[in-house]
Amino acid sequence: MIPELGHYALVLALFVALVQSGVPLVGAATGNAAWMGVARPAAIAQMLLVLVAYGALTWAHVVSDFSVSNVVANSHSMKPMLYKVSGVWGNHEGSMMLWIVMLTVFGAAVGIFGRNLPPSLKARVIAVQGMIGVGFLLFILITSNPFLRVVPAPLDGNDLNPLLQDPGLAFHPPFLYAGYVGFSVAFSFAVAALIEGRVDPAWARWVRPWTLAAWSTLTAGIALGSWWAYYELGWGGWWYWDPVENASFMPWLAGTALLHSAIVVEKRDALKTWTILLAIITFSLSLMGTFLVRSGILTSVHAFAVDPARGVFILVLLAIATGGSLLLYSVRAPSLKTGGLFAPVSREGSLVLNNLLLSTATATVFIGTLYPLFLDVLDLGKVSVGPPFFNATFIPVAIPMVIAMVVGPFLAWKRADLLGALSRLWTAGVATVACVAIAAYVTNGGGPLLALVGVALAAWAFFGSIAEFAERIRLFRIPVKDSWNRAVNLPRSAWGMTIAHACMGIAIAGMTGTSAWQSETIKAMKPGDTATVGAYAVHFDRVGTVQGPNYSAEQGVFTVTRNGNHIATLTPQRRSYPVTRMTTTEAAIHTTWLSDVYVALGDPTQNGTAWTVRLYHHPLVPWIWIGSLGMMLGGLVSLSDRRFRVGAPERRRAAKGNLQPAE
Amino acid sequence: MRRLIYLLPLLLFVGVGVAFLRGFDRDPRDIPSALIDKPAPEFSLPPLPGHKEGLSNATLKGDVTLVNVFASWCIPCKAEHPIITRLAREQGVTVRGINHKDKAEDAIAWLNRNGDPYASIGVDLDGRVSIDWGVYGVPETFLLDRQGRIRFKHVGPLTPQVVEEQILPMVKHLRSAS
Repeated sequence: MIPELGHYALVLALFVALVQSGVPLVGAATGNAAWMGVARPAAIAQMLLVLVAYGALTWAHVVSDFSVSNVVANSHSMKPMLYKVSGVWGNHEGSMMLWIVMLTVFGAAVGIFGRNLPPSLKARVIAVQGMIGVGFLLFILITSNPFLRVVPAPLDGNDLNPLLQDPGLAFHPPFLYAGYVGFSVAFSFAVAALIEGRVDPAWARWVRPWTLAAWSTLTAGIALGSWWAYYELGWGGWWYWDPVENASFMPWLAGTALLHSAIVVEKRDALKTWTILLAIITFSLSLMGTFLVRSGILTSVHAFAVDPARGVFILVLLAIATGGSLLLYSVRAPSLKTGGLFAPVSREGSLVLNNLLLSTATATVFIGTLYPLFLDVLDLGKVSVGPPFFNATFIPVAIPMVIAMVVGPFLAWKRADLLGALSRLWTAGVATVACVAIAAYVTNGGGPLLALVGVALAAWAFFGSIAEFAERIRLFRIPVKDSWNRAVNLPRSAWGMTIAHACMGIAIAGMTGTSAWQSETIKAMKPGDTATVGAYAVHFDRVGTVQGPNYSAEQGVFTVTRNGNHIATLTPQRRSYPVTRMTTTEAAIHTTWLSDVYVALGDPTQNGTAWTVRLYHHPLVPWIWIGSLGMMLGGLVSLSDRRFRVGAPERRRAAKGNLQPAE
Repeated sequence: MRRLIYLLPLLLFVGVGVAFLRGFDRDPRDIPSALIDKPAPEFSLPPLPGHKEGLSNATLKGDVTLVNVFASWCIPCKAEHPIITRLAREQGVTVRGINHKDKAEDAIAWLNRNGDPYASIGVDLDGRVSIDWGVYGVPETFLLDRQGRIRFKHVGPLTPQVVEEQILPMVKHLRSAS
């Protein structure tokens, strides 16, 4: 009964979405306020209906209703409750449900929080959101219905892929999808602006918080995914340049560019057509990610079950959304008024450089990901593109990007003095040189030269961002108390930028440290053996068996010592899940926040007395995720800036007697 | 002219879209073997305990042969096993096996349970020979002509579709050709 209610709510949501995508649009074109007014309640109704459907599916998973085929395929009565709930989105149908939940929540949020949007813009934005909703609701109902029943109902389910039964991955998709789908709002704003034929600073100010929110959650989603890959796949790697990872990384890069170009539109009324294009591209890349993961046209280590019918459907959606918006762009964008002029060396100029580099980086990842497909389609042979390509092409783009990231905020709008900016960065320069010297001393010249470049970049980003903040609050030039007051009164967006840029430095340090100086030992060990990795000695004490709720595991006990001092006892596991007949590796990690000692228990050797054990020492690796979370935090702090808050600009304007036209 | 620049993103997207559409007809897992149309590498593998014949270059000559790389620990192998059995018993194809990194007693138990369609099996305990054959992972299947040249390779479990559309026509062709 309850799955049928969910199914029914989903169908109803489709009809609401149809109304939402049509009526407000006509209303906006004809100036009919009542028709435009349909947008908000329709968006809210669509969200509520989708939430009911999603709740019904979750209920079926939680109570293990094995008459629903989606539950049979992905759940098991013995599965822990956390994974019964997260298992809802751990499969194709459920993940699309989560996608549409996010979409409608964002749509309703525009309706609820967009009170001071011009009515016609708001109606058009919500209508475009409605159209995306129609497309994906049709997709779910036609090709991926999660509410289908099976008769007769089996006694128990097939269980969720054990790799996905993990806390890191349980929360990875919601963040990732919130990010992907969050960019739909920027997309809808872009399309609405093209329909209106008007882009102004106010438009950019409305778009920016949505982009920030999407960017922050996507950052968290990617970080969680890479953390999961690090400890669950058992190889100690954290990024594989796999097509599925790239699919999430491309919208992130384009979204980062969008975030920065929108600042130029907001402050200087320039780069308008470019920003519109970026908004379209960013969301299109999100859609493409959804498509690539489900179509099976590229090989990946973690793809969904592949069904060509679904792939074709998403391709059609992609063609309508991206093709349609780009067509609209080609017609409307030339007539958009161009705004303020600026010299090459200026804040705008630095943001343009940022955009050029980020776009190049996006294009690099795009080409690397799709090159095998292009070659194959043109009958030029089969190739696979691996990490060497991405390292060779991405890093040269990333290096100038990080250097410029620090200098940019020191430049004034319109025209700036580059030498003056650099001279104010001398403290950061000294700190960078010092960090490189320390790194060279500590590693005794070991590791590639590129590692020292990485350290330099990390230090430059970190100390440069701090220096910029210190400059703003005039630290050590005026009494500390006054500096403190200045810091407190700085806009949140300034805080956000400093946090995000500095944390980028921390993340770069982590990536560099683990790529350049990790040590690994892979050997067959018997209980009683000792191996060394880095400065640590790892003693293999014993192997036992552990029984979990839906798995049994071989658990190794390892004692980690350094110079004879006990550091940690680690218990990596090899879990076998009888229902899916799969084995997973649960690495055991001891972290000092400066480095990780990582032990993974591999396969037993032929005669069963020894095990293949992988030992890694990863210097600085936790910083990757600390930095990523810091970047997300920076985004959220910036999001809390008062100029984005509902009604805040208007109240301020009213208080100051409407003296701020450029607000 | 200026308008053309604004049209450029759309044109690029159309190109990508066409590539996606054509991508559906391709299988990215369909990896060509460097050994196609070349003689099988020099090798000689011992038989399973209790079996008479192993596998070597000599065994592969004389008839069109399907060589299937399998292991008892490999789940997809079990999935394709009925298809291979049917190929051997009903279609009369000579099927020989390479038992990949397996314990002999496990392999024998597995064959007892699931049936043994193989004319002979070579035991590749350390996987050396499989490397020479360019095996990416089990299961993999090769089709060889009467001269012992590799003519076709399939990665992953065989499906009825692959058998119908690729293997059987190829077997027919190779048998009539020489």
